Amino acid sequence: MAQMNMIQALQSAMDVMLERDPSVVLMGEDIGYFGGVFRATDGLQRKYGEHRVLDTPIAEGGILGAAIGMGVNGLRPVAEIQFSDYIYPAFDQIVSELARLRYRSGGVFSSPVTVRTPCGGGIRGGQTHSQSPEGIFTHVCGLKVVMPSNPYDAKGLLIASIEDDDPVIFFEPKRLYNGPFDGTPDKTAVAWKGHPHAEVPEDHFTIPIGKAQIVRAGNAMTILTYGTMVYVCEAAAQNTGVDAEIIDVRTMLPLDEDTLCTSVSRTGRCLVVHEATGFSGFGAELAATIQERCFWDLEAPIERVTGWDTPYPSAFEWDYFPGPKRVGAAIQRVMNPP
Amino acid sequence: MSTPVAGSAGKARSRLHVPATPARPGGRPDFGYLKLSPAGAMPKPPIDASAADIEPLAHGLVRVLDDAHQPVGPWQSSLEPERLKAGLRDMLLTRTFDRRMQRAHRQGRISFYIQSVGEEAVSVAQAMALQPQDMLFPSYRNQGLFVTREVPLVDLMNQLLANEHDMCKGRQLPIMYHSGPKRIFSISGNLATQFPQAVGWAMAAAIKGETHLSSVWIGEGASAEADFHHGMLFASVYRAPCLLNIVNNQWAISTFQGYAGGERQSFAARGPGYGIPGIRVDGNDFLAVYAVTEWAAARARANHGPTLIEHVTYRAEAHSTSDDPSRYRPKDDWQHWPLGDPIERLRQHLVKSGHWTKSDDEQLSQQLEARVEAAWTEASADTTPPDSNLMFEDVFKEMPEHLQRQRDALAAERDGQR
Repeated sequence: MAQMNMIQALQSAMDVMLERDPSVVLMGEDIGYFGGVFRATDGLQRKYGEHRVLDTPIAEGGILGAAIGMGVNGLRPVAEIQFSDYIYPAFDQIVSELARLRYRSGGVFSSPVTVRTPCGGGIRGGQTHSQSPEGIFTHVCGLKVVMPSNPYDAKGLLIASIEDDDPVIFFEPKRLYNGPFDGTPDKTAVAWKGHPHAEVPEDHFTIPIGKAQIVRAGNAMTILTYGTMVYVCEAAAQNTGVDAEIIDVRTMLPLDEDTLCTSVSRTGRCLVVHEATGFSGFGAELAATIQERCFWDLEAPIERVTGWDTPYPSAFEWDYFPGPKRVGAAIQRVMNPP
Repeated sequence: MSTPVAGSAGKARSRLHVPATPARPGGRPDFGYLKLSPAGAMPKPPIDASAADIEPLAHGLVRVLDDAHQPVGPWQSSLEPERLKAGLRDMLLTRTFDRRMQRAHRQGRISFYIQSVGEEAVSVAQAMALQPQDMLFPSYRNQGLFVTREVPLVDLMNQLLANEHDMCKGRQLPIMYHSGPKRIFSISGNLATQFPQAVGWAMAAAIKGETHLSSVWIGEGASAEADFHHGMLFASVYRAPCLLNIVNNQWAISTFQGYAGGERQSFAARGPGYGIPGIRVDGNDFLAVYAVTEWAAARARANHGPTLIEHVTYRAEAHSTSDDPSRYRPKDDWQHWPLGDPIERLRQHLVKSGHWTKSDDEQLSQQLEARVEAAWTEASADTTPPDSNLMFEDVFKEMPEHLQRQRDALAAERDGQR
């Protein structure tokens, strides 16, 4: 097995799929000759040609519109939106068209587009390079929504997404590209090298969409989280010494309710953590699901820790970011409700 | 007119321009704004001509039939009389279908309808000029494509009725048809979205090295959407084998085409700006629409890229069953439309060339009325609604658990078990 960081794992997933399936094409801004601003498609145009790895105009709506038509005509497009903050010009094509084509045509037409897009902050990107819009897309019927948190999952889930006949919005927490960031910016950055989830097979493998994963077993409480916050929650659990079970949701839609609810019913306590803003965020759906299915097992109110309900700031990034301190305080509240 | 107004300091103040609408209710129809070319006046370039070299075609008007209904000029095609008769039949069938479905709406049998009266030549001539394997991406007023490709009328009616045989399984507004086997894409209620999709389809055909092309239609009103420009850009950048059609029927519900940018410049003229040939064609001249489509298809098939075609026509009826055109334009506007009625013009041409008689005409009308009526009798006899379980299917290829639970909850609710 090879050691890969998240970028290398994503690149490997696309390499494997381009090799295996001639209908797979990649398209996006700067992804071809240059290999992508985050290098996720590095070398792939050289290897598979300009007809399989397409540089596109700066027009996200056009990228998605064209990708949908290509999918209808038998290709399996993987469209990169350079930052998820740039996805909104494509919103109508994703929400009104891609998500509902199978439905509206009575199952006659469909388009298996995968949209890859880096999300999340912690890179001093300010309000236009830091957003986490996953919750917006989970509110749309007909899309699958995925966010891996490590190189192994990134490769397995991306291959599963590309092979899926339904459209998938695949969010990549960009702060995790190079290492498992735990939310402490002044600490020396940790690379993926040596991390158990950085061991990635070079060949084809998949991780099923719709399955959460317990990343830290525990008995005192359950933390439901995903993306960069997985490592923040691990650090917070470590710091507080609480025996928390941490579940990486991995797929927001379809949601693996059973894994989540089984854990919460056992521990009786639940904390929901995500980086995106809180109001109407995906955490609200998680909290509501737990309340509906686990209410009689709960020993404390469900808590949420999220980004503040403001645009993602630049200078106040670490005041905005729900770091281990804020998560730790919430862990204490869930363990000892006021 | 934007006459500068002197401000207090003697400097000209800016003044917002609002496009003029030529005639409103109570006014006299006025088509003085319409730029026409005499029939036969526009040249027919070779199919590999550059967009810049043939820019005059984007401003003039390609016409074949003259005022005496005779074909003239270089765009005359060698269409045989039998093919012309088929075109006449399909246009008339489209109109007969429209009239009957409009009546079905007035009778309360269907909830909504959109007629294409006056614009039949665009869909029928183009579907005839393209090949069966070419993929069509219609807008909502292209029912002639379905008629010409022989999608059974009963299938269309079942969709309008949303009965148990509705191709859309009860999920779409009436008229949002599609046909997999006839290669006609699903109509979206969100305007212009099909424009870049059709270009993507054509890009895929080129990536795969196929010979088929795509053809897409939008109204001049919808050409204001960003999707139109995305489609143009991608078609230009990747030289996609596709036909990009703007059906300029002058009206976007109540809004005159000037508001879509047609006041100073033709819609076809947007083509050359993208390096794509723009051709402005008399959309009510069956022969001209056919010839231009044939030219653009040959160009695309020979790898010379896309063509933007503006079909100058007129929406003779309301936008839909939900608006009353006498509230926003003169009642007799269409009667003054300088380019006439496409069905009448082709009929006159066939009569003048000795291939059509009054009795042929009566026979055909009766035949088509009977055909539409028989289809309606069959479709409307089926009043069973689609199974409500269908609401939950096709959201995803396989139904996820949460939808299975919701489906079961609805079933229980319907059984009165809750």
